[in-house]
Amino acid sequence: MQIYLPIAEVSVNAFLLLGLGGIVGVLSGMFGVGGGFLMTPLLFFIGIPPAVAVATEANQIVASSFSGVLAHFKRKTVDLRMGTVLLIGGLFGAALGVMVFNYLKAQGQVDLLVKLCYVLFLGVIGALMFVESLNAIRNVKKGKAPKRKKHNWIHGLPLKMRFRVSGLYISVIPPLIVGVLVGILAAIMGVGGGFIMVPAMIYLLGMPTKVVVGTSLFQIIFVTAFTTMLHATTNYTVDIVLAVLLLIGGVIGAQIGARIGVKMKAEQLRILLAIMVLMVCGKLALELLLEPAELYSIAAGGH
Amino acid sequence: MRAFLGALVFWASCLPAVAEEIVLGLSSDTVSINTNFDGSEILIFGAVKRDAPFPAEPPMEVIVTVAGPSEAKTIRRKEKKFGIWVNTDSVEIDSAPSFYAISTSTALGLSLSDTQDIRHRISIPRAIRSVGAPAQITNSETFTDALIRIKTKSDQYQLNEGTVSVDDQTLFRTSIALPAALTEGDYKTRIFLTRGGEVVAQYETSIYVRKVGMERWLFTLSREQSFVYGLLSLAIAILAGWGASAVFGLFRR
Repeated sequence: MQIYLPIAEVSVNAFLLLGLGGIVGVLSGMFGVGGGFLMTPLLFFIGIPPAVAVATEANQIVASSFSGVLAHFKRKTVDLRMGTVLLIGGLFGAALGVMVFNYLKAQGQVDLLVKLCYVLFLGVIGALMFVESLNAIRNVKKGKAPKRKKHNWIHGLPLKMRFRVSGLYISVIPPLIVGVLVGILAAIMGVGGGFIMVPAMIYLLGMPTKVVVGTSLFQIIFVTAFTTMLHATTNYTVDIVLAVLLLIGGVIGAQIGARIGVKMKAEQLRILLAIMVLMVCGKLALELLLEPAELYSIAAGGH
Repeated sequence: MRAFLGALVFWASCLPAVAEEIVLGLSSDTVSINTNFDGSEILIFGAVKRDAPFPAEPPMEVIVTVAGPSEAKTIRRKEKKFGIWVNTDSVEIDSAPSFYAISTSTALGLSLSDTQDIRHRISIPRAIRSVGAPAQITNSETFTDALIRIKTKSDQYQLNEGTVSVDDQTLFRTSIALPAALTEGDYKTRIFLTRGGEVVAQYETSIYVRKVGMERWLFTLSREQSFVYGLLSLAIAILAGWGASAVFGLFRR
């Protein structure tokens, strides 16, 4: 069934979008990430204009994160205080990100920036997570208890605050910086930033894994909602029909994925996520390195 | 259809005449883009009205063009820099139609001389207007060629030679396939009669391509009340997220 998208001005297969939304939804429910880092490149691939894909994807992440965070509220695994600190940074970053996005769109380099961001962040995070979870699996096999570093340089910073749910007493500066960075990425890449937020909270802030996913989802809702509004009012690129098709599949998939995720071990989950992140990274890196089939591209408007 | 064409010829013969004149019909002069729009086909047909018997030589040829709304475009070229492919040079095209189809009764080169093509801007390269590339770009035609190549691949630009059928040097008809990825606007439709490469008569009309129903409403809302549109998108997202979690919560019990 073909559906004409009013803002993207292309006709797409509705079932294809429902299916894509579903698959990405399952993965995001399993790993506690928004899934935008998978979906946005897929949308480019099926011919949705990049600007529309990025803006609409932000809207879809609002839905899947909201669906996910409700489940976490029931289990009381959301650190509202940490979430709010991350959020303040995130909103600031998102506003900055939309400005950068619009500037680069005018320069014709937005594609490159988005891809470079993806390759860089996916590559670094994927590799770190892969090594870490591989070690964790080895340690479990050897019977060694997983050791957690209690103190590093982050604990020496000023402006300390107590985060009761996470059991932390740390400076607000690192979470603010993480929030800003994720906000910028959310706006530029059309992602919630879960794939960078989750590892940053585990490894940089030292938060316990069980509250990380819920807290990350909590602040992602607000950052992506803010991004959606910015894109909708400044660029007119949010396609509501596309968003609905994606989020129907997405929210159902997320619920299924969350149930699969519960049955798996944390290290296995992390290593699978790492492999997936590295695969997306590899594909995008090849696109930058190999000669493209079509060297020319058309953009609307003159200067 | 045949009866209608017959009526058309009869009507044509009743009108006061110049030398040769085109009387045109369209299967529909509006294309409505609704939610399940998946491309459309437009039948263009007509008759030639004459006050004197037509000359046998050179034979009459028909060219039909349909052009979507024009807009400025920027064409960018990728180049390998620091090991990766990045956009470097760019050329601005002052005006390129979003859609352009030419149908002819014979090879375009046979039915149209170059001077007539320049005057009427009929062939695809002539329909694109480019004032000039920046001085540092030497081969600006490659950019225009790329535009045509990319647009042709997605059926946005079509050259359909020999698809206009002409009966008795009087009746002609053709059909134009509009692709699914269509933009709104007035699609200027031109019909040229040529003899020996010279345009002897021409006719111009418009096909109106419009979003209708929900598509129209959403598009207008997104442009005129973007804040409300943004809130609406968010409301749908929140509702869907809540709905899914509620439904799955029921299953668990």
